Amino acid sequence: MSSRTLYDKLWDSHHVAKRDDGSSLIYIDRHLIHEVTSPQAFDGLRERKIEPWRVDSIIATPDHNVPTENRAKGLKGISDSTSKLQVLTLEENVKKYDLNFFSLGDERQGIVHVIGPEQGLTLPGMTVVCGDSHTSTHGAFGALAMGIGTSEVEHVLATQCLIAYKQKNMRINIKGDLLERVSAKDVTMFIIGQIGTAGGTGFNIEYAGSTIENLSMEGRMTLCNMSIEAGARSGMVAPDQTTFDYIKGKPFAPSGDQFDKALDTWISLNSDQDAVFDKEYSFSSEQILPQVTWGTSPEMVSSIDEKVPEPRDFKNKENYEDALNYMGLKPGTKLTDISLDQIFIGSCTNSRIEDLRIAAEILKGNKLAGNIKRALVVPGSGLVKKQAEEEGLHEIFIDAGFSWRDAGCSMCLGMNPDQLNQEERCASTSNRNFEGRQGYKGRTHLVSPAMAAAAAIEGRFIDVREI
Amino acid sequence: MKQISNEFSGTFICLDKSNVDTDQIIPKQFLKSIKKTGFGDNLFDGWRYLDEGTIDQETSSRILNKDFIFNNKLFTDSNILVSGENFGCGSSREHAVWALKDFGIKTVIAESFADIFYNNCFKNGLLALCIKKSEISKIFENFNTSSAQSIEIDLINQVLYYGNSEFKFELDDYKKKCLLEGLDEIGASLKFTDQIKSFEKNYQIKNPWLFK
Repeated sequence: MSSRTLYDKLWDSHHVAKRDDGSSLIYIDRHLIHEVTSPQAFDGLRERKIEPWRVDSIIATPDHNVPTENRAKGLKGISDSTSKLQVLTLEENVKKYDLNFFSLGDERQGIVHVIGPEQGLTLPGMTVVCGDSHTSTHGAFGALAMGIGTSEVEHVLATQCLIAYKQKNMRINIKGDLLERVSAKDVTMFIIGQIGTAGGTGFNIEYAGSTIENLSMEGRMTLCNMSIEAGARSGMVAPDQTTFDYIKGKPFAPSGDQFDKALDTWISLNSDQDAVFDKEYSFSSEQILPQVTWGTSPEMVSSIDEKVPEPRDFKNKENYEDALNYMGLKPGTKLTDISLDQIFIGSCTNSRIEDLRIAAEILKGNKLAGNIKRALVVPGSGLVKKQAEEEGLHEIFIDAGFSWRDAGCSMCLGMNPDQLNQEERCASTSNRNFEGRQGYKGRTHLVSPAMAAAAAIEGRFIDVREI
Repeated sequence: MKQISNEFSGTFICLDKSNVDTDQIIPKQFLKSIKKTGFGDNLFDGWRYLDEGTIDQETSSRILNKDFIFNNKLFTDSNILVSGENFGCGSSREHAVWALKDFGIKTVIAESFADIFYNNCFKNGLLALCIKKSEISKIFENFNTSSAQSIEIDLINQVLYYGNSEFKFELDDYKKKCLLEGLDEIGASLKFTDQIKSFEKNYQIKNPWLFK
């Protein structure tokens, strides 16, 4: 057989049938479900009078709508009646079809893209789908993981397959040690700045090179998470010892002989030496400084030592003018002169234990700057929260003036009570700086957890290496 | 022979922007609905109104952004939207397509689309088609807000007629068939049931740890 990329191998091993039109039916191993994009899909199943194809492939949890306070109250803690109905609808569907479920009261509840890996529900070589674009996160394990729409959720429920066209292969190589306090978040934001938000459209991205190999699993998840912000529906890293060590002992991961058997398969999951990629980029780790977005698209990003650019320097000048108007920024402003109102540490991009550790390390013994009106830390799951509390991290956050919350998507997308007020400016560890995403007329600047912590102390952006 | 598909043709609105994301097409607060309909009044809510929108609110009392093309009376019956590159990027929310459809949009023409949005369109009978940057620019340049103009789509021959111009577009046969015949995708895939079952059986033997 000719040389294949990791993506080619995953595609081949899940290929069920070729359809007349050139598309394929791809078998799905894991289906993650949350309350926002599933109700209409379950309705569709009922209209057809069919049952889900393979219930043991499904795991459901509420995350988008859930408040991050008063968790002990469970459903009663949701004051917004439409949000409550959506969460209730999920619970009803779970009950009806007897699905695996982490309810609001369960410590395993959390953001789907945090709990999948945490529970060993995401494994190398899998195909993973979810009605959420950040499903690309799971590619960190050498899985083919894609966000899908609600019609596709219904299709996967009904057939255990996704209709897909094969994507092209892209590889992004990054070599060398990252600079101090530069993280996977800065790497992905840097990449998006280089290739643009449509740079990966039509491609699967494989991330490779020594910088990537040296990332922890959580770092790789952050990196793969934002593949979609570069336009790629899926991004992946070949599994290695770091991956296998992370998986071993996780509740839903194989154990004993099964683990060894799985490992035999997993070690072959990489791109062949002479595999050909349709597009390849190479960067050096030294090029990557702490990153900050200043516009309303993730590609509107610069290094912390730069200034807000002039719209005239870009081909779509009007888009940049609109973005700066929305953000209330003038060209030429130093990023370090931008002062902030809110700090958000959380989201499927940056709410794992390592994210909280680095933020706490920087915050230790410090207080929020006087101009910061509110700062939230929202762990990605109940178990991340528990772990952080065992390590005493919550005390550092609380002492600094942060609000210590329960697990959920929180202010990443403002479908729950955590939102920005009009024209408030936020340093956020989330993934999208789109208009209104964190709250009506709110202004989002995407950064790493370390940069968010540093900004909390200074009340403005500062190079975290200077703290 | 020219075969105009009336259901995909009509007057058009231009939104001369790139990277129009699905958060703009339908903001997050409206995703709390558990239905597929009722999103049209909130299409481009953040740009269309000058006040903050909430779900289940009476839109007639809201303050319209008069400068936004979707509020121009000449264009409120338009069924084609023309925009720039990477249209529909970001969130996978199919609600974006449901909102466009609900408003009356039948065809979205752009320089390029984000993958998930593009797929979602065809699952709902919305035609998404790409034409060249130079062709899009021509439409933008000649667009004026004082009179509505039309675009005719020949879906069968994959030609777009605009004024005296004809622009060819690509579309795979399956998507075309879906639009023309309203194909039931799940029904079509279920015809592969035997193949899926036999694949699953072999796959489980090779990967027993993936089955509980």
